Amino acid sequence: MRLQYPTDIHIIKVPCTGRVDLFHLLQAFEQGADGVFVAGCLEGDCHYMHGNLYARKRVERAKEILAATGIGRDRVEMYNLSAGQGTRWAEICREFDERIRNLGPSPIRFAHEKKAA
Amino acid sequence: MIKATPKPLEEIINYVKDFNKILVAGCDGCVTVCEAGGMKEAKVLGSALRLYFTQAGKDHEVVETTVTRQCDKEYLAELKDMVENADAVVSIACGCGIQYLTEMYNDKIVFPGVDTHFMGINADRGIFEERCAGCGQCVLASTGGICPIARCSKRMLNGPCGGSEAGKCEISKDTPCGWHLIYERLEKLGQVDRFTQPVDPKNWRTSRDGGPRVIIREDLRKAEPQHGSAHS
Repeated sequence: MRLQYPTDIHIIKVPCTGRVDLFHLLQAFEQGADGVFVAGCLEGDCHYMHGNLYARKRVERAKEILAATGIGRDRVEMYNLSAGQGTRWAEICREFDERIRNLGPSPIRFAHEKKAA
Repeated sequence: MIKATPKPLEEIINYVKDFNKILVAGCDGCVTVCEAGGMKEAKVLGSALRLYFTQAGKDHEVVETTVTRQCDKEYLAELKDMVENADAVVSIACGCGIQYLTEMYNDKIVFPGVDTHFMGINADRGIFEERCAGCGQCVLASTGGICPIARCSKRMLNGPCGGSEAGKCEISKDTPCGWHLIYERLEKLGQVDRFTQPVDPKNWRTSRDGGPRVIIREDLRKAEPQHGSAHS
């Protein structure tokens, strides 16, 4: 397919998005990620029954926490797509990348850079 | 077990925003089961507080830990160094654990990170229901194993009241009438004659009406040293 998508997206593979804990999402921000999205299987299509539905709830909770901490709720998102939807994957990556670029770098990254300087 | 829910993050941030070194202390007991104050929740709260302090440009040191039970001083003693090193502690144990931690480390500011609600059961994933009000004098033997104190909104001993309709309590159509449940259960057991005689008033001094309660079990107390024994 040779689809193009932004190179600054770092992929962390998990067996199922049900493995993604709230703590993992927050830790990514602590380490300076500007945004995090979770890409799960299509709803109703989870190989482990409900993993992607649990992931969505955790993403929603992460949004609340990020809003309360001043990071902003829009920096985390949940998407659903199947392994056969390469075109949609590239589209999501471009869409999320654009969203984060519009929001600008995470304030955590700024703080880390300031401390290192 | 005791059921609690995490306090809103905004409230906790408001408590600790002027401190630098914060200890988030969880408990491996009841609050771990209801996913309000175990290690996982301590890590999430710790992470959230670090994100807040970092984005606000404030110096901070947030550490998380848990102990087996915050309602036992032997386990709380394990926190000594961490508590001493902190400016403030956020305890996410139940109200008992938070208070005992405060008693043990009296010169330290301790904030609650959860709201403690009741003694209940795990009805389903994420659903906790109250079953016991800790009244100190169990009446389950005469009520078919269903507690009128915890499950009747009015804590009546001779129910149901006029607010019971189609098996539901007048406070909400989602709340089963405790006395309706008791009647159905006693009917199954062939014990509805219990309803022919009113039950005497309960001694509420064993409940909260008697003030803060203490249980002293002499059979469990430490033995006093015996004078004149072989080892003395």
